[in-house]
Amino acid sequence: MSLAAHDLSCIRQERQIFSNLSFTLSKGELLWVKGRNGAGKSSLLRIMAQLLSSPTGRIEWAGQDISEDPSEYLQNIRYIGHQDGLKSVFTPRENLQFWIDYLGTGAIKPALSALELDAIADSPVRILSAGQKKRTQLAKLLAVPAPVWVLDEPVSSLDVHFIDLFRDILKGHIASGGMALLATHQDLGIAGTRILNLDQLVVEGGE
Amino acid sequence: MKPFLTLVQRDIQLAIRQGSALTLTLSFFVIAVTLFPLGVGPELNILARIGPGVLWVGALLSCMLTLDRIFQADFEDGSLEQLLIGPLPALFMVLAKILAHWVTSVLPLILITPILAISLNMPIDGVVAMVGALLVGTPVLSLIGGVGAALTVAMRRGGVLLSILVLPLYIPVLIFGVAAVEAAIALLPVAPHIMLLGGLALGALVICPVAAAAALRLATE
Repeated sequence: MSLAAHDLSCIRQERQIFSNLSFTLSKGELLWVKGRNGAGKSSLLRIMAQLLSSPTGRIEWAGQDISEDPSEYLQNIRYIGHQDGLKSVFTPRENLQFWIDYLGTGAIKPALSALELDAIADSPVRILSAGQKKRTQLAKLLAVPAPVWVLDEPVSSLDVHFIDLFRDILKGHIASGGMALLATHQDLGIAGTRILNLDQLVVEGGE
Repeated sequence: MKPFLTLVQRDIQLAIRQGSALTLTLSFFVIAVTLFPLGVGPELNILARIGPGVLWVGALLSCMLTLDRIFQADFEDGSLEQLLIGPLPALFMVLAKILAHWVTSVLPLILITPILAISLNMPIDGVVAMVGALLVGTPVLSLIGGVGAALTVAMRRGGVLLSILVLPLYIPVLIFGVAAVEAAIALLPVAPHIMLLGGLALGALVICPVAAAAALRLATE
């Protein structure tokens, strides 16, 4: 299984954000998308999550162009965006349970305990802090597993302890053969991270 | 099929938890309909004459009240984009949300209609036809409303625009709905009118989810 992007570009309101962008991602790889504000990090991740269309190029999943039928590819990705996608009148447990039922399979208990959510699992989301909401959102990655994680600022509003915790979760995901696309401002410092710098449009590094 | 039912169930649960949608439409409907006897006077034959029209217009307007809620909350908190990349094709996702809207905001109106109809001096034949016509005709309201709601989802104050977009499209339902009840009161055959409403409902069922799904795709880009 591998993910490849060829010649993607992004145009927002008649302004070109980036063009001619290609990269590949195979099992056990983490690609860190870097760039200044407005370089198109979020847009790239939204293109990869099929929420935005690229006017040029194509995305290939396991060697197949996904433009014809993206449903199989979409089953294999989890997208974490800026908006938390949580229902404020539901508890974290109910929110996660909905996504488990909706997306098919999954387990709620390990996900809650991995992100230390047990204590607040039954309080409505509207009374939670921004960090607690973020953790509930991240718990979805573990509750409903998928090989490709598309993470847009996954550690924003987390404190140092939970950033460490999330780094370990991400390492575990990569070590077990998962893939991740990550856009953050801070370096998570995971060994073997490849870097896609949108300011220079080159893929560097790796093992 | 399971994701579809899960989504319908979630939206119904949300509506019950938030409470406002259910009670809001229902009380608006009851108040709007009871205002008419106060306005036109308590003469029974006048009430019987205007009853079907009053009930249908009341149902149309109360159904409008919660239309903007179909997609807006999900759009604002980001659930909508997660739903769009989920396992359910967008048009079935839209259909599930429209169905949940119908169950939570329209079905209660239909259930209370017989009481209001009797209070407007409608004969029993008319009441039966009224409920039948509402059951067949109101899904059209939710479906067309779903397209309007999807088109205005990204707008801050889309509510008024939504009414302007959607209300003219409700006219056929109103015409055939009222005709069905009046035919029943006059002891004429009701079936043709109900069938026309059914035709509208089937047409809307085919076209509206596709249009709404396309509008949502545009809104999330």
